[in-house]
Amino acid sequence: MMQQAKAFYEKYKVIILIVLAAVLAILPFVIKKTLYIRYLCNIMMYATLAGSLNAINGYSGQFCLGQAGFFAIGAYTGAALAKNFGISFWPLLIVGGLMAMVVGFIVSLPTLRLSGIYLSIVTLGASEIIRIIAQTWEPVTGGSMGIKQIPYPEFFGVDMFKPQNYYYIFLALLILFLFVTNRVLKSRVGRAWMSIREDEIASKSLGVETSRYKSTNFMYGAFWAGVIGVAYAPFVNYIEASQFTTDTGFNVLAMVVLGGQGTLAGPILGSVVVTVLTEALRFLESWRYVIYALLIIFMMWVRPQGLMGASNSMLAGGKIKVKEEKKKGGEAK
Amino acid sequence: MSGVPVLEAKGICKYFGGLKAVESVDMQVQKGDIFGIIGPNGAGKTTFFNMCTGVYAPTKGEIFLQGENITKMAPDKIARKKMARTFQNLQLFKFMSVLDNVKIGCHTKTKTNMADAILHTKRYKEDEKYAVEKSLEILESIGLADYKDTMAGNLAYGMQRKVEIARALALDPVILLLDEPAAGMNPNETASLMEFIKMLNGKGYTIAVIEHDMKFIMNSCNRILVLNFGQKLCEGTPDEIKSNQQVQEAYFGKGIVAGEAVKVNG
Repeated sequence: MMQQAKAFYEKYKVIILIVLAAVLAILPFVIKKTLYIRYLCNIMMYATLAGSLNAINGYSGQFCLGQAGFFAIGAYTGAALAKNFGISFWPLLIVGGLMAMVVGFIVSLPTLRLSGIYLSIVTLGASEIIRIIAQTWEPVTGGSMGIKQIPYPEFFGVDMFKPQNYYYIFLALLILFLFVTNRVLKSRVGRAWMSIREDEIASKSLGVETSRYKSTNFMYGAFWAGVIGVAYAPFVNYIEASQFTTDTGFNVLAMVVLGGQGTLAGPILGSVVVTVLTEALRFLESWRYVIYALLIIFMMWVRPQGLMGASNSMLAGGKIKVKEEKKKGGEAK
Repeated sequence: MSGVPVLEAKGICKYFGGLKAVESVDMQVQKGDIFGIIGPNGAGKTTFFNMCTGVYAPTKGEIFLQGENITKMAPDKIARKKMARTFQNLQLFKFMSVLDNVKIGCHTKTKTNMADAILHTKRYKEDEKYAVEKSLEILESIGLADYKDTMAGNLAYGMQRKVEIARALALDPVILLLDEPAAGMNPNETASLMEFIKMLNGKGYTIAVIEHDMKFIMNSCNRILVLNFGQKLCEGTPDEIKSNQQVQEAYFGKGIVAGEAVKVNG
């Protein structure tokens, strides 16, 4: 069934994408309840954030646990500069992204010699360091008081305060992220990342400068986490360090794993599932975390490759033929 | 046998702590050779290859590729100097298509960076065109064109070995190091692999190959190096190797009954 769906998608790719974009574009006019629009904003925001993590974990195989840290850097950079210097939101998107990228580069330096669990621990530590700095560096980050009343972005005089308008910012960022990432992955750079994920020694023996590509991969993921962080700050209007704990990092990781690592659509689906469940199970209060944990265990059991990961092509970079076709090819020979 | 050897090792040693895995081995591979390296298990053949390709740094000694000293150079730099290799236990990019596997072999020949990829610049288009054409050409010649979109890990074992060779060929290597290419193949597959390697050699590729299959080695190589316990036992043509007593001893043991053991040791 997965294969049929895939074939259908490949055939009508352009039409499907246009229809999808059109539906997403008119949604804020159809859905009148502001709360639901907020949920949609959350979903798209987390989809981009999970996507940025997936660019690292799913494509170069480095297991980063510290995405919350990069996210925080973007959010604080954006919020502090907008509030103290009145810099417009749009250039800040780039500035926040670049800041996160620089930190991503610094974090990637010691990790070039580490892999697997050791690398994960370093990224986890980096994320916590960033949070603690945010909590204590009062003049810039407001310390534990956080930054309040972050200015809303303006778009040609239109105040983006309402979620109905903010929706389009997140939508545009998500589409931009998917577009750019798709292009990177289908190039020499993306192939180099994937070859590192598959087998680093073989990759080196074919002339791929693995250290450099691992580092750029980290910076790429950090950049997008920073960008979405900048967009996040005015949306919630108030940021403080407790929003960027490792819990946030693990939450995003859960989206990537549930949705399917190494696929572009996986983190989006993961974000939908996790966000909807979080809201739907709110009546259970703390017990929802138990449900949540059980769900992840169940998923790991029945579908370890994630929801979007096709059984035979979970980490595949391109189109994969099914077995029947392979047999046919063999007979024809 | 004149001119600068394609690959030359001078007194190469590798010690792992107290273990002398490779002990002062010399080797010269000339252009156009199919150079065989044989020896019992644990003789240090793969370690020797790993030093040539930069995976391990030799404890002592020097390695030259076309006269250039490549000792202690990183594997990716050595690959840029056009030395390609395959691995003993198949290190394919299993979750990528066969075509993408070979495309990665074109990495050193292309220059696309991230900005090119995002903006689809001229360089990106040229590089992609080059990579696809080159990869398809290689797959065609190796008989895997039908499987280009198949995930590499789904192929039969013998074919996976071929994909690995195809991937190495994309580097346009001046020398191709094959580490037990026939391991796990049935006699038919081995025979066709032998033909393929001879065909490559005919096209001008210089090849060094580690193999246990004696038929394979004796029928395809023009020079053979024998290693035993990390040391060079002897080097020569297949006929010389076949008749060498030390080699026979390394493989079959010494003839105690005939008193050869005493003779040799004395």
